[in-house]
Amino acid sequence: MPAILAHNLTFSYVGAEKPSIQNVNLSIEQGAFVILTGPSGCGKTTFCRCLNGLIPNFYSGNLEGELTIDDVNASGKSTAELASHLGFVFQNPENQLFSLSVERDVAFGLENLGIQREEAIDRVRWAMDATGITDLREKAPYELSGGQQQRAAIAGVLAMKPRIMVLDEPTSFLDPRSAEEIVGVIAKLNHEMQLTILLVEHRLDIVSRYANRVIVMDKGRVILDGTPAQVYDDEARLIGIGLPKITTLFHLLRSDGFPVKTNPITVEQASNELRRMLKR
Amino acid sequence: MISIEDVSFHYPSTTQDVLSNVTLSIDDGEFVAIMGENGAGKTTLVKMFNGLLMPTKGRVLIDSSETGKKSVAQLSRDVGLIFQNPDHQLFAETVSEELSFSLRNFGFPEDVIQRRITNILESLDLQKYSNTSPFILSGGERKRVALAATLVWNPKHIIMDEPTIGQDHLQKDRLRNFIVQLISQGKTIIIVTHDVEFVAECNPRVVLLSKGKVLADGPATRILTRSDLVTKASLVRPQITELMQQLNEKDTPPDIVEPYAARDFLTPKLHAAADTRTSTR
Repeated sequence: MPAILAHNLTFSYVGAEKPSIQNVNLSIEQGAFVILTGPSGCGKTTFCRCLNGLIPNFYSGNLEGELTIDDVNASGKSTAELASHLGFVFQNPENQLFSLSVERDVAFGLENLGIQREEAIDRVRWAMDATGITDLREKAPYELSGGQQQRAAIAGVLAMKPRIMVLDEPTSFLDPRSAEEIVGVIAKLNHEMQLTILLVEHRLDIVSRYANRVIVMDKGRVILDGTPAQVYDDEARLIGIGLPKITTLFHLLRSDGFPVKTNPITVEQASNELRRMLKR
Repeated sequence: MISIEDVSFHYPSTTQDVLSNVTLSIDDGEFVAIMGENGAGKTTLVKMFNGLLMPTKGRVLIDSSETGKKSVAQLSRDVGLIFQNPDHQLFAETVSEELSFSLRNFGFPEDVIQRRITNILESLDLQKYSNTSPFILSGGERKRVALAATLVWNPKHIIMDEPTIGQDHLQKDRLRNFIVQLISQGKTIIIVTHDVEFVAECNPRVVLLSKGKVLADGPATRILTRSDLVTKASLVRPQITELMQQLNEKDTPPDIVEPYAARDFLTPKLHAAADTRTSTR
């Protein structure tokens, strides 16, 4: 059973001339690490809002098609009901943290779910451990660095034990090192707990190596869907996508007529391929 | 010209310096990227350029006058600061009202106001939103409205705090072209950013801050390629620089930061390798 199954999903906001997403058909397997990308206004945020129930519960408009999350038909479910299946991490952790201590913030969602105290304590410990913030549990969120805040936000979502986590550009406010760290935490959760990851990102350079699938949306539709190497190969349809710079270099070399064989996802792969080509 | 003379700063509630002994001079028409880790003091520094913050030690001069001696309103005429979060800045009911607000305050005639608004909305790809409320726009679009609302009064020095966050590749390209256009008009452009790849493409002067001090100051190609410096400032080197390092070809110039420079370097070598292979076959 797929983690996320969308069938002909279409949504138009009230007053909008055309649908923000149109006939989206997607099946995302349990345990997958998927990057969702595309230019501004391509519909990725709207799609995510359907996943966590913000559409249709908080944004009015016309929703058509079917959506199944973790084997549950999303239609008619509240955002709270969906939260135990699918956790959502926002771009700016400051919007997600508000308690006086990290520990309380991580526990917040559980209190709302009505989890028993003992169980809640266990889960909070486990989630803080999994994201590497146990030492910070008594700190106030404003005392933390941006990267630590984002870890705390992820821990809060993780404590609800969803099987799917959707992250909307979780690194964009972070400096590059902290961004790499957060992506590392996400990859670890995916790898060790088989947590299904749907990561909305523009920064493909730091996330591509972890993903087994990239979905590109444009004008409300899915236009490309495949492994990173397959998707980054389709240069003509990727106009407006911020490809990793090594990919851009390989596209340039190919258009110059050099026989580039692979589409590198990591610097190591790019370096190996260039070495092969430079061999005399 | 913007001069920072031995500036230190701490917030009233603490004694810990957010900036310590920063000295920096930025000429008219320069393009400068201020980079560094989260909490390095970048935003604190640029808030001194329009008098939002005053140094606890040292002084800040904008075009030879000290910031403490002018009001923020007066300074803002010359120094436009665009915040990281557009919601700290936007308030009007439509995009064009947002843009006309400052112009009316500065006393521009109505026809000038309309002309300027039309021009600026076109150059930032916002014309279709002229009568839309800024609050229903996407995060990236709201950022561009905030930028437009400052540029419209034509300040001489323009400071953008994290302008690329939430912008897709096309909008980043557009922003880069727009910055180039502003520089060619003699504006000073200062961006605060973590976006190493954007900086690598633009090649501005980079001022690297770390823990409130200036760690390095020079062309992007020189600073971003130094692994000791970027590590200290919690940045990473551009992907292409990493690649060139790993490839470790002899006579690799040390300043390759973006794909086009890498292609220029690799092309003759790839041809030579291919020729050798063909002739020995």
